Amino acid sequence: MINFLSQPWPWYVSGPMISLVMLLLLWAGGQFGVSGTLRSVCAIGGAGKSVKFFDYDWKSQIWNLVFVAGAVVGGFIAHHWLANPEPLALSQATIADLKNFDIEFDGGLMPMQLFSWSSLATLKGFFVIVVGGFLVGFGTRYAGGCTSGHAISGLSNLQVPSLIAVIGFFIGGLIMTFLLFPLIF
Amino acid sequence: MKFLKFLLIGILFGIVMTKSEAISWYRIQEMFRFQSFHMYGIIGTALAVGVVMTQWLKSKNIKSVDGQPLQLKDKEKSVARYLFGGIIFGLGWALSGACPGPMYTLVGNGYTTVIILILSAVAGTFVYGVLRERLPH
Repeated sequence: MINFLSQPWPWYVSGPMISLVMLLLLWAGGQFGVSGTLRSVCAIGGAGKSVKFFDYDWKSQIWNLVFVAGAVVGGFIAHHWLANPEPLALSQATIADLKNFDIEFDGGLMPMQLFSWSSLATLKGFFVIVVGGFLVGFGTRYAGGCTSGHAISGLSNLQVPSLIAVIGFFIGGLIMTFLLFPLIF
Repeated sequence: MKFLKFLLIGILFGIVMTKSEAISWYRIQEMFRFQSFHMYGIIGTALAVGVVMTQWLKSKNIKSVDGQPLQLKDKEKSVARYLFGGIIFGLGWALSGACPGPMYTLVGNGYTTVIILILSAVAGTFVYGVLRERLPH
């Protein structure tokens, strides 16, 4: 069983498992939307005193912070007891494309070349971690949701605004990948 | 324990995100370069099951565990905020390789610099809150 679970899960297993997480959250009285926790963190930090957007009842959203704390624990469990011993089966085309930008595929989930602490002090590392993170935080709140809130929950509920948001995700993603990425790297 | 179920669902989510490899920066690069079906298969099957089950729950008027209506509110109608916000998020997603769910899961996987990624995302959310009144919605 553990051997079976330790392999990377195929997409047709992973996808329905994500729907299951969404349905379990609905059943528990929540809703699937992770980026809302970033707003809660701002509110808990006292941002509500100066900015009206953060002056709301964040205590009603504690369940979501507990959920993401679980996501940290789940990542820990998967990393320590269900880890895939083989390198990630990334497509050869992607490996070759990244090599053109001097990013070596190291077989892990993340390129340590970009995500190490020493990389953080370099321009590329700063862009990937700090600028990338900032855009994610700004954009998700502007759009009112991220992949979980719009692409999974919203589209499952047949929401047109979510479809517009997801189209936006891909426009932004393609602009970054094909226009800006070659400028940064 | 009201919160225990959320913790357990979160643990399941973290395991699913890790084993699906959807938390991988490489997988997001591969997705935006259209070089593998993997991520599209995940999102596609998640949606297929999600649409059918969500519509079924709504048609049966199913209640949550504490007897409340399910949290399935319609989203406010607009184009600008979803399109512009979506594009900005997409730029960040393709650069950092992580949307918010995977960020938390990556910390559990031992990628400690992702804590800085999360703090940067919190900063981005804060700046949005400050500029909110001046942005088209």
